[in-house]
Amino acid sequence: MSDILQSLIDIVGEKGVSNEPEELWFYSRDPGVLAPHKPDYVVAPKTTEEVQKIVQLAGREKIPVVPMGNGMSLAGLVIPLKGGIVLDMKRMNKILEVNPMGRYAVMEGGTSQGALKSYLQKNHPTLRHSLPDAPPTTTIAANVSLHGQGRLTNQYGFNSDMVTGLEMVLPTGEICRIGSPSIGPYWFSKGPTLPDLSGLFLGWLGATGIITKVGLKLFPNKKIRDVELFVTDRVELVPQILYKLTHLEVCEDINVWFQPKPQMFLGNFHVTIFFTGDTEDEIEFKRKMIWDSLQEHMDAKDGGFMSVQYMKSTLLEMPGRTIADFADVPKGGGFEYSGPIALIEHYPQYAAKVVELAQKYNVLYASAARLISGGHAMMFSISFAFNRDDAAMMERVEKALDEAMTFALDMGGIPWKPNHKEQKMLLERMEPNARKLLLMIKKNLDPQGIMNPGNWEVNA
Amino acid sequence: MYQLKFDQKVCASCRSADCLLKCQYMTFAGHKEAHGEMMKIMKGKDSRVLNECMTCYACEEYCTRGNHPFYLISEKREEKGLFTAPRPITNQWINMTQMQGKCLVGNVKDKALSCCYIPDLGPLGTGEIFKDVADAGVFGAEFMCPAVHTHFARMSVIKERLPIVIENYRKLGVKEVICLHDECYGTLTSIASAYGMDVPFKPVYYLDFVLQRMKELKDKIKPLNITVAYQRSCSNRLIPDKHALVKKIFNLIGVKAPKRTYQDENALCCAEILRSISGYKLADDVQKRNIDDMLAAGAEYCVFNCPACQSSLSEKVAKRGLKPVHIIDLCKMAIGEKERGTT
Repeated sequence: MSDILQSLIDIVGEKGVSNEPEELWFYSRDPGVLAPHKPDYVVAPKTTEEVQKIVQLAGREKIPVVPMGNGMSLAGLVIPLKGGIVLDMKRMNKILEVNPMGRYAVMEGGTSQGALKSYLQKNHPTLRHSLPDAPPTTTIAANVSLHGQGRLTNQYGFNSDMVTGLEMVLPTGEICRIGSPSIGPYWFSKGPTLPDLSGLFLGWLGATGIITKVGLKLFPNKKIRDVELFVTDRVELVPQILYKLTHLEVCEDINVWFQPKPQMFLGNFHVTIFFTGDTEDEIEFKRKMIWDSLQEHMDAKDGGFMSVQYMKSTLLEMPGRTIADFADVPKGGGFEYSGPIALIEHYPQYAAKVVELAQKYNVLYASAARLISGGHAMMFSISFAFNRDDAAMMERVEKALDEAMTFALDMGGIPWKPNHKEQKMLLERMEPNARKLLLMIKKNLDPQGIMNPGNWEVNA
Repeated sequence: MYQLKFDQKVCASCRSADCLLKCQYMTFAGHKEAHGEMMKIMKGKDSRVLNECMTCYACEEYCTRGNHPFYLISEKREEKGLFTAPRPITNQWINMTQMQGKCLVGNVKDKALSCCYIPDLGPLGTGEIFKDVADAGVFGAEFMCPAVHTHFARMSVIKERLPIVIENYRKLGVKEVICLHDECYGTLTSIASAYGMDVPFKPVYYLDFVLQRMKELKDKIKPLNITVAYQRSCSNRLIPDKHALVKKIFNLIGVKAPKRTYQDENALCCAEILRSISGYKLADDVQKRNIDDMLAAGAEYCVFNCPACQSSLSEKVAKRGLKPVHIIDLCKMAIGEKERGTT
């Protein structure tokens, strides 16, 4: 047994460490198209102190450390590109505090989305968090560290904007609290009125430290949720439609999607509009506002509301499962998307690109855009499904995604959860002084370059 | 291409103009105006009817001379490009109901049980009532009556697809097709006949079948002793002679349906198609008047004949205290196959 393995066992116990080939196989890959790479060890800590000791060990031995939630980014963000230790955070799953009046929760860095949702439903039914449309086993810390979005993103911004405080283990092993918990016992602000240090960690994909605790804003959980579905076949109208809807300030979440299958969806752009209320009167009031705002498109016969009764329960599911269904259309369960953050006015160009790429590379497409912060931007997903058992198809999807990302950058978009290749593309285009600032941060926080190496590797 | 058999002389000589005068969504000053509008439509001229018709199908019933005013209105709308609903909604229906070779065919011999392309119909066509035909179900776009496209003034889709549907049934070698949806029976009788299409099998209306079976199962019936309001479907207007079956079935199973303002010829449609065509205002008004009327009649249950009406109105009637139920499930309740309550 190697000294490192024994040292890891000494920290977390025998059941918390593995270097068995079966486990290394699983931890070497994610469901996307990027090539797998094996770690040397998988470690599952239970406490912040254990994380600290592991990082200190890694620093001494100069071993890479890759913090991992549920490994569902699809972008290979926790594939250990340079081996080392994959730090599986899922055993750190305690919800430590809910402050109902302050509307925030504090939990450990491996707590899953599903666990928080379930806890709130049981103990604080008037509160909810911004649940992403990802499997419920995905973790809150991972989601905020990659600037994830959720069901409340249209109203309140990126899920990372909802962070109210962090506890970090820095690459040098220090434990550090960020925001109001660095001053007192309350977790209500990640930054203001202090210098907002959360930016040193959010969006860095674990390359500057490990989140061991996270505070998160909670929001009112209204008694009734409802949904309307507007369709148009004129893509150039989509930005106007979204502008009108966001002007209302009554929509919880707005998604725009199009896909060629099943047949009923062919040729139309679908705007799914979620809204909430505590009474039927409130729901009807909002529904009428939504319909009235788009009446002129109905009068012009360019768009209309679909009857949603028969698909309402599917649309109202949280998280939605339709993405998983899409992944299995070509059989083989593969699915990956490029999700640039982009201006809504560019929707028609992005939509045209999806279809062009699908034709060029002979792959099945779907696209779903989610509005961010009342329309300041959107996440536009360029999604392709593939068969994992078809290497040629996977290669075509990878090429299509690379081309999609180049297109997004040309359009002035910012890739969301960029994989390591896309990060390089971004850095090449970045204004030199901004790149220099990133380098300064990375070098100072992680002088040995042990944190999730291969990601956000900034060169001078 | 099939041509609508519309007798201009019959229309020209009409003394009632009931097709338009009785319309619940358009008003006319009197016979002269209503008749004049029909004459314009017949001659291919512009008429406000071509813009204002809400496609409730009722004029097919109001015309007692068998001249198919609704099909004519829809034909003329399509000719002039005056489509009813927003284009994406119309196209979505056309795409959704496209035949793709994915139909389901049960153990069909001389009879088929048509579930159209409506998943809800499958579970309805089961149990003691349908025991001899339940395994002869057919389902899918290949067996779907395309009448829904009349709502969108796309008669060309009907003329293209209905002969294929009829041919698909013919290929099964059936003598009878029991239609679980009014629209199917109405299509295979009224529309096919109006366009001169031969139907080489006997369409059987499901309520005829259900009534017969309930008579056979009379010993098992325990009167329900409930009060209901019946939601008549738009497609029942294509087969008005079958409407009386509802009352016969109600009588057989001990169901009271007190007199309402909006019943029989004066029934209001479920209004969901109105929502698609013109927005929520008219649809909300129609649905509110309809449900108010059901409650005023003292109904406990709202009984549906059409799954589309049921889908449109179930939630709304339930929120106001009425129990939504399909008429087949009501019969199943009467013979003890289903528990009383919401279905």
